[in-house]
Amino acid sequence: MIGIATAVDVAALKDTTLLNMGVFGLFVAVTMVIVFRASRNNKTAADYYAAGRSFTGSQNGTAIAGDYLSAASFLGITGAIAINGYDGFMYSIGFLVAWLVALLLVAELLRNTGKFTMADVLSFRLRQRPVRIAAAISTLVVCFFYLLAQMAGAGSLVSLLLGISDWGGQALVIIVVGGLMIMYVLIGGMKGTTWVQIIKAVLLIAGAAVMTLWVLAIYGFNLSSLLGAAVETANNPAVLNPGLQYGKTETSKLDFMSLGLALVLGTAALPHVLMRFYTVPTAKEARKSVVWAIWLIGLFYLFTLVLGYGAAALVGPETIRTAPGGVNAAAPLLAFYLGGPLLLGFISAVAFATILAVVAGLTITAAASFAHDIYASVISKGKADADTEVKVARRTVVVIGILAILGGILANGQNVAFLVALAFAVAASANLPTIVYSLFWRKFTTQGAVWSMYGGLGAAIVLIIFSPVVSGGATSMIKDANFAIFPLSNPGIVSIPLAFFLGWLGTVLDKRREDTAKQAEMEVRSLTGVGAEKAVNH
Amino acid sequence: MGNDAHTPDAAASVDFEQVQSTEQFQELRKRHRSFVFPMAIAFLLWYFAYVLLADYAVGFMSTKVWGNINVGLILGLLQFVSTFAITSWYVSYSNRRLDPIAAEIRDEIEGHEFDKDGNRVGGVNK
Repeated sequence: MIGIATAVDVAALKDTTLLNMGVFGLFVAVTMVIVFRASRNNKTAADYYAAGRSFTGSQNGTAIAGDYLSAASFLGITGAIAINGYDGFMYSIGFLVAWLVALLLVAELLRNTGKFTMADVLSFRLRQRPVRIAAAISTLVVCFFYLLAQMAGAGSLVSLLLGISDWGGQALVIIVVGGLMIMYVLIGGMKGTTWVQIIKAVLLIAGAAVMTLWVLAIYGFNLSSLLGAAVETANNPAVLNPGLQYGKTETSKLDFMSLGLALVLGTAALPHVLMRFYTVPTAKEARKSVVWAIWLIGLFYLFTLVLGYGAAALVGPETIRTAPGGVNAAAPLLAFYLGGPLLLGFISAVAFATILAVVAGLTITAAASFAHDIYASVISKGKADADTEVKVARRTVVVIGILAILGGILANGQNVAFLVALAFAVAASANLPTIVYSLFWRKFTTQGAVWSMYGGLGAAIVLIIFSPVVSGGATSMIKDANFAIFPLSNPGIVSIPLAFFLGWLGTVLDKRREDTAKQAEMEVRSLTGVGAEKAVNH
Repeated sequence: MGNDAHTPDAAASVDFEQVQSTEQFQELRKRHRSFVFPMAIAFLLWYFAYVLLADYAVGFMSTKVWGNINVGLILGLLQFVSTFAITSWYVSYSNRRLDPIAAEIRDEIEGHEFDKDGNRVGGVNK
């Protein structure tokens, strides 16, 4: 056992830094060229935000998979399985099953009724101003939480590659990532970002496939032997059973339920995923892209099971825990064990590009939401021309980039999948009830939407602030203080039902009735696709 | 309408309440809901049953079935299988039962709205 564990010499990683960085630099250079080429056609707002609605279903599906398979899926889940065994597998299952909510209830209907952002749909038949502002605020908050997670992943990854374990060095790394990200989005817009997502998704899935086959080959393509080896290295048969992380107390069991709820309901409410449905020409293509994404994402999450237990068996939980980058370093360490510095360089470059691309996708969503929903529709009351709107979006990118850098420095060191699950909880609380109600409930009113969105968003954020995530724990953001009066680390089990309840309560107590003609229009359009935004031809 | 952002010209003067009340549209709505609602409830129940088992029936989930492969792992992998199956099922249902009728309604509305040169014919449906 000890022999296997020391086979990964973490200190030796430093010697391969040049190679890692060389492979990474090459990848960035290639994608930048593609972004430049793709962005030559960025003329209108539809081009900038929705890539001219010119992508095919399979292209867009690959891009969705690219958006979705972030650092959380690759670094976070692999690490969670390697250290917590079966409980980590919960992330894979929740993240995948959640796509059925998007496929059955949201994707096509949304494509048919919206234009650029989630707020377009939510405010379709309700009063514009209050709903748009609420939707834009929740979009910004969800993107911020998601960005935190990606930045924490970037910090872990690069600190492992460069052997940087001091706070200042990692902060510098995060600043560099942020700078690159801002450049990507400013130059490329949605079209450039979509191409980056496509390339990166293909590389990530291919890389994970190679590693999965490699690990399986070591154990004679026998999953049972792999699991046995993981038990042996960890010296703990419980890694194969549920409950290693969440089974300790009644509170932690409740936390597991909360996580499960947030994972399955979060996806269909993530603004950057919703925005992807607008980059295709029709609802049918939106459906195709979700189906394509489900297959790719499902395949990838099957790989994470093997990679997680593979890292547990071949690298060992102890080595992972003590390496620079900690739990998030499991996948790169496994790559190093399997293929030495070359595979590590490739896998790290892909993981790095993953973070960069996801961050770009998130930033453009947040920027579009601010420019389109708050600036164009509320501040300038629809009088802003498209050029000004794009200009505001670009400035928002810069501001959000800076916020993401600061947040990333704070969140550094926590498991990325866990941090992303917080973004899922916030999204499911703030957005999902209103999305579902406004698509399916005829009587739903503005007051219901506003209560549900602010209530869900507020509850989720307040519960996170007073949870062990922020204070009172070994990996908390603020280690020296303890104001964690809410015991669960994921707020979903409280805030999601509360948001659904508030949406109902606000509606039944609302004395105003909404425009029935608008409701009819929304329903007819959502199901038939009449008058939906068409592709932009160049 | 107060909502210019969502009202492309193609649908500007359609009487949607009238379309909504047609038998054809009600049929489409019924077909859509009678598939997606039961299916959504079914997969959510199955998913939460799985989460509850993993949370509170650790002994059962840890039962070894074949080598080191236990009930928990098999149920987890079955979640993948059911997700893929429901996805395929929905696609074939949409192609057969939803898309044709949606296209019919769409053609009807858009056909009324435009003359053959693609210019809008003002307010015929109002």
